[in-house]
Amino acid sequence: MSRTILRTEQLKAFYVLDLFGTQKVIKAVNGVDLDIGENEVYGIAGESGCGKSTLLKALVGAIEPPLRLIGGRVLYQMVGEEVDISSLDPEEKRRLRWEYVSYVPQGSMSVLNPVLKLKETFRDFIESHVSGKTGKEAFEIAREHIVRLGLPPQILNAYPHQLSGGMRQRVTIALAALLKPPLMIADEPTTALDVVVQRGVVQLLKDIQRTLENTIVLVTHDMGVQANIADRIGIMYAGKIVEEAPTGQIFGEPLHPYTCYLIDSLPHFGDKATRTSVPGSPPSLSNPPDGCPFHPRCPQALDLCTEQMPDLKYVDHSHKVACWLVGD
Amino acid sequence: MEELLQVDRLTKIFSLGSMISRIRITAADNVSFSIRPAEIFALAGESGCGKTTTARMILGFEEPTSGTILYRGQKIARNEKVWFTRGIQAIFQDPFGTFNPLRTVDRYFFETLRNYKLAGSTKEAVGLIDQKLRAVGLAYDEFSGKYPGEFSGGQLQRISIARALLTNPTLLIADEPVSMVDASLRMSIVNLFKQLKEELGVSVLYITHDLATAYYVSDRIAIMFRGHMVEMGSVEKVLMDPKHPYTRLLRESIPEADPTRCWRGTVRLTDIEQEEYLKQGCRFAGRCPMVMDICKQQVPADLNVDGVLVRCHLYTSQVDSR
Amino acid sequence: MRIVRDLFRDHRFTVSFCVLCILLLLAILSLFSPYDPTRWGVVPRDLKPSRTYLLGTNSKGQDIFWQATFAVRNSLIISLIAGLVSRVIAVLVGMVAGYKGKTTDRILMFISDSLLVMPLFLIIVLLAMLVRDRMNLVTLGLLLAFFGWAWDARVIRAQILSLREREFTQTAILSGTGTLGLVLKEYMPFATPLVFSTLINNMSWAIGMEMTLAILGLVNLDIPTLGTTLQWAISYQAMLLGYWWWILTPVVLAVLLFVALYWLSASISEYLDPRTRLQRVGAH
Repeated sequence: MSRTILRTEQLKAFYVLDLFGTQKVIKAVNGVDLDIGENEVYGIAGESGCGKSTLLKALVGAIEPPLRLIGGRVLYQMVGEEVDISSLDPEEKRRLRWEYVSYVPQGSMSVLNPVLKLKETFRDFIESHVSGKTGKEAFEIAREHIVRLGLPPQILNAYPHQLSGGMRQRVTIALAALLKPPLMIADEPTTALDVVVQRGVVQLLKDIQRTLENTIVLVTHDMGVQANIADRIGIMYAGKIVEEAPTGQIFGEPLHPYTCYLIDSLPHFGDKATRTSVPGSPPSLSNPPDGCPFHPRCPQALDLCTEQMPDLKYVDHSHKVACWLVGD
Repeated sequence: MEELLQVDRLTKIFSLGSMISRIRITAADNVSFSIRPAEIFALAGESGCGKTTTARMILGFEEPTSGTILYRGQKIARNEKVWFTRGIQAIFQDPFGTFNPLRTVDRYFFETLRNYKLAGSTKEAVGLIDQKLRAVGLAYDEFSGKYPGEFSGGQLQRISIARALLTNPTLLIADEPVSMVDASLRMSIVNLFKQLKEELGVSVLYITHDLATAYYVSDRIAIMFRGHMVEMGSVEKVLMDPKHPYTRLLRESIPEADPTRCWRGTVRLTDIEQEEYLKQGCRFAGRCPMVMDICKQQVPADLNVDGVLVRCHLYTSQVDSR
Repeated sequence: MRIVRDLFRDHRFTVSFCVLCILLLLAILSLFSPYDPTRWGVVPRDLKPSRTYLLGTNSKGQDIFWQATFAVRNSLIISLIAGLVSRVIAVLVGMVAGYKGKTTDRILMFISDSLLVMPLFLIIVLLAMLVRDRMNLVTLGLLLAFFGWAWDARVIRAQILSLREREFTQTAILSGTGTLGLVLKEYMPFATPLVFSTLINNMSWAIGMEMTLAILGLVNLDIPTLGTTLQWAISYQAMLLGYWWWILTPVVLAVLLFVALYWLSASISEYLDPRTRLQRVGAH
């Protein structure tokens, strides 16, 4: 595996809600260990409500009440040393974002200012992060960038609402890649997009990764998209990573019972045999089960599973699983 | 065998804009298909292709500009409520939007039974409700008195189906029923449709943009693009051996959950969608890799190629037209 | 009940509830008044507050305390009539216009908008002048109700318009529910907070309006209300003569009433707001 660019140690981030006297704690990220390397696409997959979006927010340090960082660390490897993101002041954090790590949130089309033409948005962006460029130079940089990514340069003269959803999404991604960040994080970039448009967006992400040789962390529940773009996949369940392996192994030899069910439930063309989905319902994050959070739905659950949460351990040099049934 | 539902040249034109500049968008253009009893028919296409508009016209929520809808051979009158008189029910895309968040879910069940006069007493009603809930894999006890927010998306969608089954419908119109449900739970909903067809003989009009589940569960499928139907036939033929260039593009663009079968080649996308609606001739002409001059001028006729209905000029010379 | 307990957690609700209880108590006490409120000279004039006369007496020879009980009662009656009747009209108009749409909507909104743009104050003043002698509590309440529904009808209509597009409307229709059932069962829970908060605001407005009309001398000054007692105090120049107990009584009572009503409305509508309600309903 290549050098680490970002890692987390037992990251815990909860939402603490206080409504009319009752307190509710949502354990969205409940002890996550990640080790993401350079020049790779790392996919995070899981059901909705498993904490993936919160994990991304924690990774970029966008933690605001009611979300609170309860424990653990987020460490970036920058110019030879490890930097804990919570040790940075707001100005440093601002520069970190977009220059070092760019974050494309869900429904990212709202990132574009609706009253400005795209070229102005790009120019503002360049001016606030790169000093010493005139408006004209900034425009040239933007134009070159757009064309290199295969997008038509005329769109710079348009307003966001004049473009189709797919185009807006691609423009937002282009904006995120403008400053050549070593790390790009995208939260469900293809959800709510049509199939053909989705393909275009994923293609764009792949092109960017190949050109810049940077790292992309992609969150999506669509396993088809994961299969097409991710090098490694981390399966998230109830705020924890339960399995992590190269894409081929996740699809070919899943080890965690949840992953097995997930892979088995995916329909394939040419095969009309009956498939089943994961039994039961997703767990409540405000009241997760004791021990392994999957045990209520796991047909192979042992007594140990109801008491203790298994650690995420290596089964071979690149495949990690958190399950009492696997390994020794 | 008599057709359950027959839709003939159904068209809907929306007029947008002010008095000064009006544009007419043909959301559905001469859509024709039929559904047989105990059949799952998929109406597939990307957003804006007209599938939801077609469903709304069948249900009577939208007035067709022209065309006819026949149920068991009889025309449906303008003010007739198909769900009341014809045994057609529907379920929708957003499970959390399907029910009023401020009311308990069971109220809808009791109201349905009361409005259709299906139960004489509360005890009878509870019995019927329990029966339908079991058919979708749920039980009355864990359902009674709860608000929509207390269920998961998958559970709510199943509850929605149970409610639709209360009136013992012959046709269930499912508008994107699994697009807002997690990938891991989709199969359970889709398998339910299969079960309903096989055990109760209910037909399902399955509207979706997810071709993988459409392949898995449907018998026949129609592909729509910008209001036009471009290909229709058995799901095996249409999706495993697509004839229309758009169907081919769609089929290729589906991300397979198999890392060994990734996309090859790149795809061109439209920038401005509205333009495509206003074209003469075949609406796919702007993006079609095999476009010919005639495509831009004339809408292709219905052609029967190998048992599949295709609307494409590529096949005009090959086979007999209808 | 759980609802009441939750409401009491909000200190605004607790305080305003207590204040309103006290005021209601005062209003009920009026039934036990030893004096006829319309008669003059039943007690010695212009006496400071003392143990015999809790709030003192005024220049007309009336016990201010007992006058106040009637004043509070009558003002509350007027504002309740105005508020409730205008709610009923606003809800009916708003719901019908919102759900039916098209021509019905246009006609109803035309009427409503006309009432909004008319110089309400002038018209109320004019009408009050015309019926002054035959004005009693109910007539005044109805008059105010007639002018108080227009704005809220639009607000309710807007709510209905957005609800109409929600999918659960279709579910209800597919369940066989008719228009009336739809509006009452599906939409009312969303409209309730609007109705409640606007009711209380409307009541406040009605009290204020009544006081204004009273000071202009446009109501039947024999009936004691907060406005009329204030008016009498002003016309007898209580300020100048230093009879502070006479002027302060209606003023303090009115202020207490306004603040209490406002806090009550704010805390109740926040409680009933669908968004906070949803969070409370054990949602994930």
